[in-house]
Amino acid sequence: MKLYLRAVGAVIWKDFRAEWRNRENLSAMLVFSLLVILIFNFALELDLNARASLSAGVLWTTFIFAGTIGLNHSLAVEKDRGCLDGLLLAPVDRSVIYFGKAIGNLVFMLIVEAIVLPIFNFLYGFNVFQPGFLGVVILGSIGYAAVGTLLSTMVVQARTRDILLPILLFPLTLPVIIAAVRASQGFFQNLPLAEFSIWVNILVAYDLIFIAVAFMVFDYILED
Amino acid sequence: MILVKKLVKRFGPITVLRELDFEVKSGEFVALLGPNGAGKTTLLRVLATLSRPTSGLVRVASYQLPQAGASLRADLGVVSHQPLLYGDLTAEENLHFYGKLYSVGAERIQEVLELVGLANRKNDLVRTFSRGMQQRLAIGRAILHNPRILLLDEPHTGLDQEAGEILDSLLHSVALEGRTVVMTSHDLVRAAGLASRVDLLSRGKIAASVPAADLSASDLVDFYRTALKGRGKA
Repeated sequence: MKLYLRAVGAVIWKDFRAEWRNRENLSAMLVFSLLVILIFNFALELDLNARASLSAGVLWTTFIFAGTIGLNHSLAVEKDRGCLDGLLLAPVDRSVIYFGKAIGNLVFMLIVEAIVLPIFNFLYGFNVFQPGFLGVVILGSIGYAAVGTLLSTMVVQARTRDILLPILLFPLTLPVIIAAVRASQGFFQNLPLAEFSIWVNILVAYDLIFIAVAFMVFDYILED
Repeated sequence: MILVKKLVKRFGPITVLRELDFEVKSGEFVALLGPNGAGKTTLLRVLATLSRPTSGLVRVASYQLPQAGASLRADLGVVSHQPLLYGDLTAEENLHFYGKLYSVGAERIQEVLELVGLANRKNDLVRTFSRGMQQRLAIGRAILHNPRILLLDEPHTGLDQEAGEILDSLLHSVALEGRTVVMTSHDLVRAAGLASRVDLLSRGKIAASVPAADLSASDLVDFYRTALKGRGKA
């Protein structure tokens, strides 16, 4: 178990070290997120009712699109530089690659979210610094990164992977997106937790199911 | 050390390896020659556990494929025509990363950097290295965990004469350590100079196999042409 965790840690360390040097991924995700938040802010400025009901959707659309940029980059960089074989040759269970990559993608998403949320708070006027809401952000991001890492591995060999990933990913993550938006709305509108706890439960169940599925099928996905 | 019997590998409707038989004894250095599309890389990928055989028996270091996974990979070192290195990491960081995956300590990493002649460039990013330096580091990566078997897929691709000679001497010293080596190549003379046996792969089968010592440079060309003629008749 110690060796397994060390190998997962090595994959994460390698991705962060490389990102620290080239800043390709995080900067693209961040600039894109800020642009989306700003554009929606101006678009919804005149309609206060729409603003109140749509803000959670705007926030999650921003996170999802930014996350997709990161997911596309995550495995493509291994494939394009021929390093995927190097990872596959390591004498460790291949789920190490999945968990290393998924955790890396999740942390990149969370970094972007940590920067975007205070700006969202300032522009849209919703209190995002509630522990319950931050829990929803983390749960939604886990689900998206878990499924996204699996699918980006599936499409990495395809020439049209940049187009293929969102086409496969968005329908499959629809439950997590809807649940995250509904739960976020509940927090923004200060509803009692009992009224929207079903969406939080869906998020937890979705995360657990897809992490388990990914663990079981990842080795087969990597085969030619 | 390596035993392959009636190996078939298909990609959809295309059959790349056709009931191929191949054997390599412990400590042997075998050069696999053959035209493009003969199946050299596919055979190496099957032996390296990167590709699953469609049918047939494949046994590497007493492990049977495809069942053997991580345990076999600990005994394998692979050098491809791509270096499998991260350009945004330094030479030392690349070996440090692979060292963690292979449970190799820092001392061995320094030893390997010395061996491949890159100790003085260990803090430089790999993307600043020449193709020859990257290939030397790739060999360092492949032997980092002291594997018993080395699989080399056209390691000389893209190297100039001088870099090729440096790589040759490195491969020679690595092979002298008693490792079993299988190397694919298009360079007949260079491959025969390094290997103890030369096998010719044609249309997914071993068409000929001779000890390298029995071949002069001119024999080698005849040997290759004859085998290719046989391929034309097949």
